[in-house]
Amino acid sequence: MRFARILAATLLASSFGIATAADITGAGATFPYPIYAKWADAYRKTTGNGLNYQSIGSGGGIKQITAKTVDFGASDMPMKADDLEKNGLVQFPAIMGGVVPVVKVQGVKPGELKLTGPLLADIYLGKVTKWNDPAIAKLNAGVKLPDQAITVVYRSDGSGTTFLFTNYLSKVSPGFRTTVGEGTSVKFPAGVGGKGNEGVASYVQKIDGALGYVEYAYAKQNKLAYGMMQNKSGKFVEPDDSSFRAAASGADWKSVPGMGVVLTDQPGEKSWPITGASFILVHAKQEKPEAGREVLKFFQWAYKNGRTMAEELDYVPMPEAVVKQIEASWKMVTDASGKAVY
Amino acid sequence: MSAAVLDHGRIDAAGSPAVVVFLSPRRPVVRNKPIMDAIFRNLTRTFAFLVFSLLAAILVSLVIGSRDSLAHFGIGFLWNENWDPVKEDFGALVPIVGTLATSAIALAIAIPVSFGIAMFLTELSPVWLRRPLGTAIEMLAAIPSIIYGMWGLFIFAPLFQSYVQPLIASTLGQVPGVKVLFSGPPMGIGMFTAGIILAVMVIPFITAVMRDVFELVPAMLKESSYALGSTTWEVVWRVVLPFTKVGVIGGIMLGLGRALGETMAVTFVIGNAHRLSPSLFAPGNSIASALANEFNEAVGDLYTSSLIELGLILFLITTIVLACSKLLLLQLAKREGVPT
Repeated sequence: MRFARILAATLLASSFGIATAADITGAGATFPYPIYAKWADAYRKTTGNGLNYQSIGSGGGIKQITAKTVDFGASDMPMKADDLEKNGLVQFPAIMGGVVPVVKVQGVKPGELKLTGPLLADIYLGKVTKWNDPAIAKLNAGVKLPDQAITVVYRSDGSGTTFLFTNYLSKVSPGFRTTVGEGTSVKFPAGVGGKGNEGVASYVQKIDGALGYVEYAYAKQNKLAYGMMQNKSGKFVEPDDSSFRAAASGADWKSVPGMGVVLTDQPGEKSWPITGASFILVHAKQEKPEAGREVLKFFQWAYKNGRTMAEELDYVPMPEAVVKQIEASWKMVTDASGKAVY
Repeated sequence: MSAAVLDHGRIDAAGSPAVVVFLSPRRPVVRNKPIMDAIFRNLTRTFAFLVFSLLAAILVSLVIGSRDSLAHFGIGFLWNENWDPVKEDFGALVPIVGTLATSAIALAIAIPVSFGIAMFLTELSPVWLRRPLGTAIEMLAAIPSIIYGMWGLFIFAPLFQSYVQPLIASTLGQVPGVKVLFSGPPMGIGMFTAGIILAVMVIPFITAVMRDVFELVPAMLKESSYALGSTTWEVVWRVVLPFTKVGVIGGIMLGLGRALGETMAVTFVIGNAHRLSPSLFAPGNSIASALANEFNEAVGDLYTSSLIELGLILFLITTIVLACSKLLLLQLAKREGVPT
């Protein structure tokens, strides 16, 4: 009897859950998933509206939004202007973060190793193969580097992290641009591939002499020995919120249609060179204006109220001046009659 | 037979009581309705043919999905060792080699071990130990593959890197001829590690089948052989194995099928590198793990299509393996009865 009552109560509760939730759906990039999930949870608590985000990868997100199976797509790699136009999509950045090189070398502590972009490119090209190579030793006078092979670790799955990393190396090294190029997955001539940030992080922890790249949050949480990077101004900077923010501050978001600015190799003395934003894609012509409005309302709420949550998870929220530009760009999102939904 | 039963029962032509089913208390229902039989037969036939049509549908959709890549690369896809998403140059050689090499390593380890376990369980083990040991083996088969992958990456690979690989490199790695198979720095991950993890995963399957078929050998056969003075080894090798070879090969094929298609566990430990290396210690890639890694983020028609063609190739490899095992069994059947 009691069981039946519990069952009835559960069924009732779940049917209510379905009835009240006008959930908006999104799919795409894995990199911003933790913060989108956290925002969605807080948003539901304050407004009662839910958001269902599936982190299926940027490529999947683009496919899903093009096929109109979701209300918004998310991608770490900005879509090009003509692709946006062709598919009738509006793009805007939602959150920023940084990619950091991590190493495991006996006796090297976090932040001790100094690296430059061209050197990193040469290591990933398999040209610099030993830790005591003169090119590394020259930059790191005080650090004792062993006569040990460098095991390069990369992401085996396609990812926005790889895109930012290879985009940066292609900018600073012509050799890297011609032999490897940039993309969410590329053909690295050397090394091993780990699945996901956690895969790369665990390979770097397990293999002596490893060098990999992960999102900042993973380096911090796993206490990996990250390296300092030389930025465009020639200064060595540590990866943290302030250097990511510095990279974002100088960016001219209007320079690229769809705000598709890749924040790697930005000028500025404090800028972290491998910084990037993750993007949201919505249809310019909304078949369901209600859902389109809900998506924009969610991000408007997140830009305003989600800053501390983002910082807690080691993301960088969009600067307020940029948020104004983003919200202005939402005028392009209209219903069938051409009236702005937001 | 009491009168009451006879009342409701039916007496067949010969006068002896037939099989009677009492479905209702009053009226006996005789279970011989041709129409029901026909429906049942057709229903089961539909299910069986459903499998055929599913198989055909999968094959057709794989071919359709990979037509871009088939048209673009042609047959050369099979031996192109490049896999470059940026320049959109794709070839299947590295994943094919990785799939076959890891499965071969897995079988090379799993077959003798499974044979030993099955032999111990059926011939040598004390009776009280058989059940717990057998259950333990079956439990191994129930562990999800992701657990094997994580165990392989976090526990096995570091141990393998620091203890086993240096040992192999200093022994087998010094033997001319096979030296090249064990060269390169010990990283703990790579094709050899993937093969070992796969071996652990397929051992329960092969063992379970071997044990079951070994138990089917008539005790009389074995006892006769023992009575003639055979040792346990001779009984197993000369009596049990010839009697059960079809089942044993079936078990091995089951294991091979699992090894060829295994995805998560391999992805964790194979190193996911699209490079060909003669060394088994080097990272490689398998078809299944390449698909698992890259399908999500594959942008562009040619890239997606090439991945689907990889799937098609895996499908064909599995079919060829099954066909070969059938041929092998036919060959064995032909030799049956020929004095050796």
